Amino acid sequence: MTAPVTDTPVWTRKHLLALADLSREEILHVLDTAQGFQEVSTRSVKKVPALRGRVVVNMFFEDSTRTRMSFELAAQRLSADVIDFSERVSSTKKGETLIDTARNIEAMGVDIMVLRHPAAGAALHLSQAVDCCVVNAGDGQHAHPTQALLDLFTIRERKGRIDGLNVAIVGDIGHSRVARSDVRGLQKLGANVTLVGPPTLVPKAFEQMGTRVTSDFEGVLPEMDVINMLRIQKERMSASGFPSVREYVRLFGMNHERLGRCKPDVLIMHPGPVNRGIELAADVADGPHSSILRQVTNGLAVRMAVLFLCQQAAAGTPVM
Amino acid sequence: MSTSILIRNGRVIDPAQEIDEVTNLAIQDGKIAALGAAAPASAEEVIDADGLIVAPGLLDMHVHLREPGFEESETIETGTAAAAAGGFTAVACMPNTEPPLDNDAAIEFVLRQAARAAHTRVYPIGALTKGREGKELAEIGLMVRAGAVAFSDDGVGIADASVCLRAMRYVSMCERLFIQHCEEPALAGGGCMHAGPTATRLGLPGISGTSEVVMAQRDITLAAQAGVRYHVAHVSTAGTVELVRKAKQEGRPVSAEVCPHHLLLTDEACATYNANYKVNPPLRSRADVEACLAGVRDGTIDCLVTDHAPHRSEEKEHEFQFAPFGMIGLEIALPLFIQALIEPGIITWPRLITAMSTRPAQLLGVTGGTLTVGQPADVTLIDPRQEWTIDAERMRSKCSNTPFDGRLVRGRAAGTLAAGAWRFRTENLSSAARRV
Repeated sequence: MTAPVTDTPVWTRKHLLALADLSREEILHVLDTAQGFQEVSTRSVKKVPALRGRVVVNMFFEDSTRTRMSFELAAQRLSADVIDFSERVSSTKKGETLIDTARNIEAMGVDIMVLRHPAAGAALHLSQAVDCCVVNAGDGQHAHPTQALLDLFTIRERKGRIDGLNVAIVGDIGHSRVARSDVRGLQKLGANVTLVGPPTLVPKAFEQMGTRVTSDFEGVLPEMDVINMLRIQKERMSASGFPSVREYVRLFGMNHERLGRCKPDVLIMHPGPVNRGIELAADVADGPHSSILRQVTNGLAVRMAVLFLCQQAAAGTPVM
Repeated sequence: MSTSILIRNGRVIDPAQEIDEVTNLAIQDGKIAALGAAAPASAEEVIDADGLIVAPGLLDMHVHLREPGFEESETIETGTAAAAAGGFTAVACMPNTEPPLDNDAAIEFVLRQAARAAHTRVYPIGALTKGREGKELAEIGLMVRAGAVAFSDDGVGIADASVCLRAMRYVSMCERLFIQHCEEPALAGGGCMHAGPTATRLGLPGISGTSEVVMAQRDITLAAQAGVRYHVAHVSTAGTVELVRKAKQEGRPVSAEVCPHHLLLTDEACATYNANYKVNPPLRSRADVEACLAGVRDGTIDCLVTDHAPHRSEEKEHEFQFAPFGMIGLEIALPLFIQALIEPGIITWPRLITAMSTRPAQLLGVTGGTLTVGQPADVTLIDPRQEWTIDAERMRSKCSNTPFDGRLVRGRAAGTLAAGAWRFRTENLSSAARRV
């Protein structure tokens, strides 16, 4: 009496909190759905009615122009109404908790909350307190699932696969939610992940997550299919244990010379915004190996897919 | 410079090859060419080393050359000339210059000055933190590329444990030695001699032995977490010796060094308020001296160093409390270690050579420390029997601040060869060369 597997919807989640929660199939389903939405951007009228009459609120408790714009545009292309709530943790100054703020907003009739928050775990916390969908747009140093999904999408698009690829993530891994989400997503799709940086920025504990940890950037270059260069936070440099920008560039910056020691078809990624001349030399950032702008474009399709799938799951509509 | 030198009939001691026998050593084109029966019968220059010890070049891994910034006290030229006269073919210099050696340009400056002086090899030790302030990491990676062999903020320890851990992690990435001047400032602040009965009697503020032990204890824990090779500079207390001993028993990469004055003098020497006895870490108690000697005997203490710290006489003429810390050592360390360690039978000659040459070279990861064929010919000839009286006014160092002035000692460097070229030799050795 068991129903055929094919009848079970792959996606039943109304929240997207972290890639650690998702199965390989769920991740691939988001990527496939995004593939379908990719086409919308090429139309003269760049809109589909999938979320017509729905309300998406962007709740940003931390500055992020790009991610906020990407989510806003994604929601608009799905025909949702979008409102913006971007106080910088100031609600707490008034004594209001995140949960109180969210319940007040939800009371206005909101379907999806997109949350960016400086505290790790904030998205999970919020999802347990509200009835609407919650999409994590970055919580502290914990997770940034849509960034990881767009990275996976871009790798698959350029490489045709993710299984078996050697992927290096370089930089301030310890403080990076992007790195944590990328690691989870890449591993679930079968890539071998190497984390590169000085031990002051890359905690050894990442080995417990099944990654290789090294500070020998030169040594790993020839074996990599994909190299993701994280943004260095200059203001965080001394606190996080790095002597100087000058030294960082010499030891861990991607430049033309190092690119020459990579595989000819290596893919160079960056979550943006780029510090030109620091983690990435300008000619490499703008060169044929770079996928930086493509990542931004793909981010839109991926976020459309996430908003769509979560809303569908919440509404109880069978998905595909 | 001769292209070939034959050193005949010396007692060749090379702990790395477990050699200790009277034999010949041949040098060709700056390298060790042959040893023992394989050595040719003649050479352009033949040295009769009968009665002398022929050892791999001595390496002092803890000196202050004062340049840049304090050239009136010492320069790289005068400091390395003193080193060569003391039997050293190489020194590692500490970064507490002005400006400090905390960037690659400063490291390259030291190497350039050393090449100009051409007396001994100089291995710069880079600062761990910018300005040696114990706050932000210095450009350790770039200094490694410029030639820094180890890292230390010597003169001070890193008080902030989190900065220290970060520095250790970073140094471990660069696979270099982390050297700490162990002194917890909160426990040492304002002191000028060992905190003990003598300081109490003299009315001088003390530096407790605990201040050293506490930081060494903390560091050994941090170093294990960081995975760095950790070296305690100038050990002076029984407590630190015991910590290092225990760490070694546990198999940790922990090492230590000791200075001649911490093996020969106690805090009671400060009783005359003579600032030449003022040094940091300070001269300690008899029990501490005994523990340091025992540490050398059982191998807990790896290396013998000078902590050569020149200060002009007008600086040392200040009241004890206001005079600077430090004493010179390069030209007198060898006989002082002989007096402290060989004469009482605490260690043998091969052990002394290990601690003054082989082991420091290993820890710093540099060439030398052995007379293996093919290695650069860094060789020290030692006359172990010559008796002489230390005369502080007859030093190649620019300064004469030593409490050992007037001391009768035995043993002296007779000749120093670095890369097969004479950097120092006594009149006797030169005439012997002519005679042969």
